[in-house]
Amino acid sequence: MYPIVLLSVLGIVVLFLGFMKSKSVLLPATLLFLVLALASNFIDWNQGKVLYFYEMLAVNNLTLAFNAIVLVSAFMIVAMTRGFQDQEEAQPAEYYGIMLFSLVGAFMIIGYEHLIMLFVGIEILSVSMYILTGSDKSNLRSNEAALKYFLMGAFATGIMLFGIALLYGATGSFNLTDIQSYVSIQGRGVSYILYAGLLLLLIGMLFKVSAAPFHFWTPDVYDGAPTIFTTFMSTIVKTAGFAAIFRLLSHSFTPIYSFWWITLAAITVLTLLVGNIIAVYQNSFKRMLAYSSISHAGYLLIAVTSLSPQTENAILFYSLAYSIATISAFGVLMLVSKKKALEGQVDESYAAFNGLAAQNPLLAFVLAVSMLSLAGIPLTAGFWGKFFVFGSAVERGLVWMLVVAVLMSAVGIYYYFRAIIAAYLKEGDIGKIRIAPFYRIILVVATAMTILFGLAPGIFEKLL
Amino acid sequence: MYTLLLIVLPALAALLTLGLGGRPGHARQIALAGALAELIVAVVVWTQFDPAQGFQFGFAFDWIASAGISFSAGIDGISMLLIVLTTFLVPLIVLSTFGHSYSKEASFYALILFMESALVGVFVATDAFLFYLFFEAALIPVYFLAAIWGGENRIRITFKFFLYTLFGSLFMLVALVYLYFQTPGQHSSALTALYALNLSPAAQGWVFWAFFLAFAIKMPVFPFHTWQPDTYTESPTPATMLLAGIMLKMGVYGLIRLLLPIAPVGLAEWGWVAIVLSVTGIVYGSIIAIQQRDMKRLIAYSSFAHVGLMAAGVFSNTLNGLQGALIQMLAHGINVVGLFFIVEIIFSRTKTRYLDHLGGITQRTPHLTVYFMILLLGSVALPLTSGFVGEFLLLAGVFEHNPWLGAVAGLTIILGAVYMLRMFQKAMFGPRSQAAETFRDLSLSERAVLVPLVIMVFWIGLYPATFLKLTEPAVSQLLRIVNG
Repeated sequence: MYPIVLLSVLGIVVLFLGFMKSKSVLLPATLLFLVLALASNFIDWNQGKVLYFYEMLAVNNLTLAFNAIVLVSAFMIVAMTRGFQDQEEAQPAEYYGIMLFSLVGAFMIIGYEHLIMLFVGIEILSVSMYILTGSDKSNLRSNEAALKYFLMGAFATGIMLFGIALLYGATGSFNLTDIQSYVSIQGRGVSYILYAGLLLLLIGMLFKVSAAPFHFWTPDVYDGAPTIFTTFMSTIVKTAGFAAIFRLLSHSFTPIYSFWWITLAAITVLTLLVGNIIAVYQNSFKRMLAYSSISHAGYLLIAVTSLSPQTENAILFYSLAYSIATISAFGVLMLVSKKKALEGQVDESYAAFNGLAAQNPLLAFVLAVSMLSLAGIPLTAGFWGKFFVFGSAVERGLVWMLVVAVLMSAVGIYYYFRAIIAAYLKEGDIGKIRIAPFYRIILVVATAMTILFGLAPGIFEKLL
Repeated sequence: MYTLLLIVLPALAALLTLGLGGRPGHARQIALAGALAELIVAVVVWTQFDPAQGFQFGFAFDWIASAGISFSAGIDGISMLLIVLTTFLVPLIVLSTFGHSYSKEASFYALILFMESALVGVFVATDAFLFYLFFEAALIPVYFLAAIWGGENRIRITFKFFLYTLFGSLFMLVALVYLYFQTPGQHSSALTALYALNLSPAAQGWVFWAFFLAFAIKMPVFPFHTWQPDTYTESPTPATMLLAGIMLKMGVYGLIRLLLPIAPVGLAEWGWVAIVLSVTGIVYGSIIAIQQRDMKRLIAYSSFAHVGLMAAGVFSNTLNGLQGALIQMLAHGINVVGLFFIVEIIFSRTKTRYLDHLGGITQRTPHLTVYFMILLLGSVALPLTSGFVGEFLLLAGVFEHNPWLGAVAGLTIILGAVYMLRMFQKAMFGPRSQAAETFRDLSLSERAVLVPLVIMVFWIGLYPATFLKLTEPAVSQLLRIVNG
């Protein structure tokens, strides 16, 4: 609850700070606010389940942990913006303000207890993203992406609202606990309206986390948006979205598991196939990461579909590992493509990394570790993420799904390694890239976390 | 805690090499010192090791405590043998590079040492997930060794190798995760817990195939070998030595440590397919080896044929077969590293590995000829050399299992002699070729590599009991688990 209040207020403060002459105060202020939010987040730690806002929002250790992942990711991403100083038409105050507001939306959908809260949260998050996607106003692709995202997103929101309405019609309540008691009393005898409502609601939410076949917006939007906001979307929206889906299904709809698991299983498999196979054919690294984010949605969906005691941990750990690795991958991409852009060529393909290791060993190493982690190679956090996800599937007896996932992770290794090969084995002339000290710290910390969680995933458990 | 030291020491030496190996020539000295230190520790462990006692010098830390996954390792007879092999070969591999200067030296030697760390880890792990972790971790250094310092087509070929072997081990991961969740109560991934499982025959069949795929690709067993000849040929020789000398043994070790005891019923049901594939590989690999003109490729195929016999011996599920496989792992590691080194020596002087361009080298190089001949005879299993003991036991094991297959597998001795002697004849004898005109005999550092190898060839050949006694209690113990 506290970070929601805090960031709502501080977001406005950031907007007002924008009136000051010196823009240089914005970045430190935003970072400070994020740290404050992170600290306030833990006020409710170990208090058990606490309800706020007329029982519309619930807080427990799980939601707080998700909040923390979102906040840490946001901190890293904001730190990498470097005050938007090298973008001409940038409006840093607005960007930071919107980012903070969007986090409020994320917290709401992580801890919602009431479907209206879910809806409002998703809208806050989405509208912020529409704006940020189109923030590069003079760029045609950015504008196209924003429009596309907005149109598709509005449509998905409509479907979701329809679903919520049907659920209300069937159960007479927006409250998750009420819905849960209705479903468990009725069992499989619930009215068909509820089934339809659940499916529509799920479709709306799956759209937000870009699961196939609702993923068509993802590559264009990720590709067109400024890279920094792509990073924001692919980590924070995804983490929060999965927390929301998991909350909905685990909280209210376990009694009718046998109804929805087949649908979700089909979507899971489709998402894995689409994400991984199309990623193989990409030449643009950024677009590859877009498809890779689809494929990771697939792995996370495995955990949700299996809904075993392991799932909670699996989603948490996976989101964390995925977010850190994605942030460092995009972080390296931004530096490299900026350097290329200064030399007059826009290049976000794999070839942009050619010869990276020769003069920029740190960047090459950061890139390599993040790719290894996304590919799920042992001794990185990504491996344990996959491991816990696979574990939850086996616990539910979904071994066949595991086999699909494993085949697809073999495919994944192919496209992730292309970046490593470009950086280490191909010849190329990039030249020395200057990295701002703070930026460097973020990259090093992210890489260190990936390796640390890879060596000792037990640490994570101790933190919880 | 010796076990932990064995795992950590090479990694520390690798970091040291990276940190201090800036000046040319420094890195290799630090790496050699590190590898020798590891060897000394291994020898100390060996002298204190008691084969009759099962796992020793072990340690266990909680890793993911709530999930029953621990970081635990220990050494039994089978592990001890492979540790001896690894720690004995790595210093020699490092030493073998002294005549050659590699770009980015520090990274090169550091990768070799990281590889050693992971290999030792595989051989001592007593937790299934720890085993998997090291099994995969060993792949990454050798991939970079081959992909950065390899030949012309290195990027494409090593990528295939990497994907292929990783693909196989993912199936092992599936099997391990599955097995882990079958363990009762608070799950555990300790090997002993997995051995104790009572799986249904159908489940054992799946587990058998998942493990088989992982290890068969690693070794490789026919028909999963297509990555191997190209990779061995294109890799820089030290990487080839690591691949053929030690990494291949990870596959055989995995069969012995995981597949046999965890899926004995699967083995009883499907083992025959695996043996037929292995035996096919022996004959197939040998016949292709006869056709080769590139010496490195020829030895690559010979290695493929030899590992087929080891696999067949393991699948025969007999004491002879297993003991033979173990001693052959040792012998093959030594022979193949020696042979690859000799090819490297010839290549560094003549700039060619093609048999057509070579010939008449003997006339100028009495020392090289003798060492080459001894290693070669070891490889073709002449009695009193290292290869004989292993192949004899292996063939005996396969024969016990099925006489017909034993007879076909026996072709390896004849075919092996054909391709090896053909290579020797074409390269060393005959009229002196242009390439051999200015051939220098062995340098001191080259001899320093070959002498220990040759001593081992005779040691294993003349007194194999040293090694057989080391492994026998562990193997009998294992067979008791397998045959219930």
